[in-house]
Amino acid sequence: MIVPYFLEGFVVILGIVLLMTDAFSKIDKNIVAWTAVVWLGLIFAATFFLAPLPEAWADSGFYVLDSYSLFFKRFLLLATILTLILSIDYGSVFLRYVPSAAPQAGLGEFFTLPVFACAGLMWMVSSADFIMIFVSLELVTISFYVLVASMRNNLSSLEAGVKYLILGALSTGFLVYGITWVFGLTNQTSLLKLADVLPLVQEGYHSAVLFGLGLIIVALGFKIAAVPFQFWVPDVYQGAPTPITAYLSVASKAAGFVVLLRVLGPFLEVPFFRDKIIGIFTILAAVTLILGNLAALPQSNLKRLLAYSSVAHAGYLLVGVASITGSALAADAIAFYLGGYLVMTFLSFFVLVNVSKVMGGDDIVNFNGLARRSPILAGAMLLSMLSLAGMPFTIGFFGKFFIFQSAMESRQYLLVVIGFVTVACGFYYYLKVVRAMYWQPAPEGSSPIVVTVSGKLLIGILSFAIIFFGIFPQPILNLLR
Amino acid sequence: MSLLQNPLLYLILLPVVGAVLVMAGFDARRTSIAAAALNFLLSLYVACSTPLKAGFQWVSSVPVVPDLGLNFTLGADGLSVAMLVLATVVTLAAVCVARTPENHASWFYVSLLFISAGAIGAFASVDAFFFYMFHELALIPTFLLIGIWGSGNRQAAAWKITVYLAFGSFVLLIGIIGLYLSMPANSRTFDMGLIAEAARTGALTPSWIVYLLLFVGFGILVSLFPFHTWAPQAYASAPAPAAMLHAGVLKKFGLYGILRLVTPVFPAHIVEPLNNILLVLLVGNILYVGLVTIAQRKLDLMLGYSSVMHMGYIFLGILSWNSLGLTGAALMLVAHGLSIAALFALSGEIRERTGTLEFRDLGGLARVMPKFGLLFGFAAMASLGLPGFANFAGELMVFFGAFSSGHATLTSFFGFTNFQIATFVAVWGVVISAVYMLRAYRRVFFGPVPERWKSLPEITPVAKYCVIGLLLLLLIVGFYPQLLVNYVFQP
Repeated sequence: MIVPYFLEGFVVILGIVLLMTDAFSKIDKNIVAWTAVVWLGLIFAATFFLAPLPEAWADSGFYVLDSYSLFFKRFLLLATILTLILSIDYGSVFLRYVPSAAPQAGLGEFFTLPVFACAGLMWMVSSADFIMIFVSLELVTISFYVLVASMRNNLSSLEAGVKYLILGALSTGFLVYGITWVFGLTNQTSLLKLADVLPLVQEGYHSAVLFGLGLIIVALGFKIAAVPFQFWVPDVYQGAPTPITAYLSVASKAAGFVVLLRVLGPFLEVPFFRDKIIGIFTILAAVTLILGNLAALPQSNLKRLLAYSSVAHAGYLLVGVASITGSALAADAIAFYLGGYLVMTFLSFFVLVNVSKVMGGDDIVNFNGLARRSPILAGAMLLSMLSLAGMPFTIGFFGKFFIFQSAMESRQYLLVVIGFVTVACGFYYYLKVVRAMYWQPAPEGSSPIVVTVSGKLLIGILSFAIIFFGIFPQPILNLLR
Repeated sequence: MSLLQNPLLYLILLPVVGAVLVMAGFDARRTSIAAAALNFLLSLYVACSTPLKAGFQWVSSVPVVPDLGLNFTLGADGLSVAMLVLATVVTLAAVCVARTPENHASWFYVSLLFISAGAIGAFASVDAFFFYMFHELALIPTFLLIGIWGSGNRQAAAWKITVYLAFGSFVLLIGIIGLYLSMPANSRTFDMGLIAEAARTGALTPSWIVYLLLFVGFGILVSLFPFHTWAPQAYASAPAPAAMLHAGVLKKFGLYGILRLVTPVFPAHIVEPLNNILLVLLVGNILYVGLVTIAQRKLDLMLGYSSVMHMGYIFLGILSWNSLGLTGAALMLVAHGLSIAALFALSGEIRERTGTLEFRDLGGLARVMPKFGLLFGFAAMASLGLPGFANFAGELMVFFGAFSSGHATLTSFFGFTNFQIATFVAVWGVVISAVYMLRAYRRVFFGPVPERWKSLPEITPVAKYCVIGLLLLLLIVGFYPQLLVNYVFQP
């Protein structure tokens, strides 16, 4: 039996050991990455043998361990493992853009920083105190600043790094300022204790509390890429190294949503705040759905397309948030949706890495005739695109189904009607990729694309997960009980 | 009955297994035909051994999400058995008449088999949720079939059908969720039998919004006017087997769904206020689309529009909400499926030979290939409802059912009810169909033969026997409708 908070400790120690190994020994960096993968896998296994949280921690009110946070700890470990595997594949591309004093220079940090980010993310999903949230969020964000800009000879990577840095700093500012307001009015930073204090706040101070909460929502809006805080997303996603893009869009978003739900929890107990919050999130969800989907329509670069699709998926998740009080299913629906999003996003990014390695670009045109050149990659891409679009018998469909069922249950009819249009839009832009792969002829003189055995294995596992959980979603729901 | 002993499961799985074998490298055409033929025999076995008027048979259920009452439930009653046989018959015919394309031949057959599996799965599901899921399975194969192997403006057609149907199905999904949420929280289920039962006992209290959602959702899938614009272009561009499967089988999903989820569920006080709007829409289907059909200059587009137009009759039968009309509608589902499949098979054969379906380029083909002309004539007559074919029996029942429906309320006009007026108008549709079918027949098969068509080969034996098979079924049911009515009778 393992004390729960040791999990994060293990991950941090793993990161430090790997960083030291990378700095002081001359071993192949790929071994560093695989070591990280294996150890993260072991830590993942360890999540199934957890002792209950010690009394002192449970009472202190800054760290929680419920099935929801445990689910997301597993989720984040899995996402990190997949990111590292993707990064190993991406290594050759990465090295092209790094000034190299020594062979494999810069690769070590590229492989170890996601581990630190993972530790931060795992803290984040368990934190129940504004200070904890802030500290863990900074650990994550600073790791990402470095990762996004790590291809130093690539202008768009640097551009992405600067944009992410500036907007990240801005959102941090919002967060801290919002926390200050809430603390100033309630004298509490712990969310658990906030729940006791909030109903006692005098009516005259309600709007002040709401202002503080609003600032915090803005800050978290940046993390989950909700409109109107999404403008960094396309450039950063396009410029960042592809595995980091995947990591950013899955792990960072998921942790952002968990923190969002955690923060909203005590406020939703008070009727005054509840109505306002639900109203705010209805609007946020509506604009995020509309803008994310409409902006994705004309994209011709796949990474940019996936960036806007990530905004669009944030919109569906926000529909879940807006339904959180009216439906008991909503919280589970959000977690399930994110679980599905993890699998299908990583599958599509895996194909993207493999194709762009050969073609030298991320445009949809580069996928022309992929069905001829590599039926496996094309099939995997087809499956992930269909799942992202929400086709039945894929995990993405159940995600959308649960989300919209909770939306119907809590009578969010406006969002449902917007959903009619955006789901149809989604089919259009995801099928654009399918069209390129299956309708269009391959470019002249193109050769088949070879996938390694481990790559085929990964594709097989992810595809199986998409289909299996698309028919039997119950195992994932059980993890949330 | 345990799931693994259930023949319905194998009806769904056979095409999937066939598709997997084709992908694994087996001969695409032979494997597909074998799978389709086996499936046809299996569906015949199911049809012969299903007791009628006894509710759902062959029921087996596997829980999927127990908390939500979501089960994977297979089962079939008379109506579903009739639809299953229709699906397997048309699949067999479609796979047989298919010409193996030069590029991606295996994907072509895989797509066809997946459409078939989706349709069969939908008709064999008792659970509304899986009923919906299976239908969606056909969306992507259709997209690929039209996009890769289509003709004419195939890209636009493929996009239009896919995005339009994705939209329609999503509306439908929300409607189904709405229906589910109208039940009391502790007994919510997606089981279509239980939903109908709950409606009978009054436990289910749906609102009119749900009714509208379901009707619009299903309406888009069945190309109800004014949501029909995706259909003609898609059918015109699709390769013949895809058009056969889609127009013949898959489009019937929406009407079948209405018979399962709408007619047994919604009480009169919800249905009646909206009847007038829906009657206008279906008259639009019959008259407006009928006139548009007359104006067509291309055989494939004309057939596409005619299939849209015929949906109007079926809607009329359904809206009449009485046993005669509903049974007639169900009869027409099957009859129209068979006749439109035969017509698309034949028009596909013409396109294979001439490369064009423009009326002005064609003519006199009956002199060059008399057997072809004869078969096309039979199929055209079946489609326009000549007595002796099943379509006639269906249309007659629909008209009688509709005429006897409706109340002489304030909406009445000279003492006629709204339904009687709609029926007056709809009967003219028969004349319209006669006009466009006979005109098309004359333009394609009679008149002077252009020089370049003088040496066209006669119909291939495979296509001949497929079409003859479809027509025979239509004739049998046409002369003895009771055979099919026994299956599809709607109390």
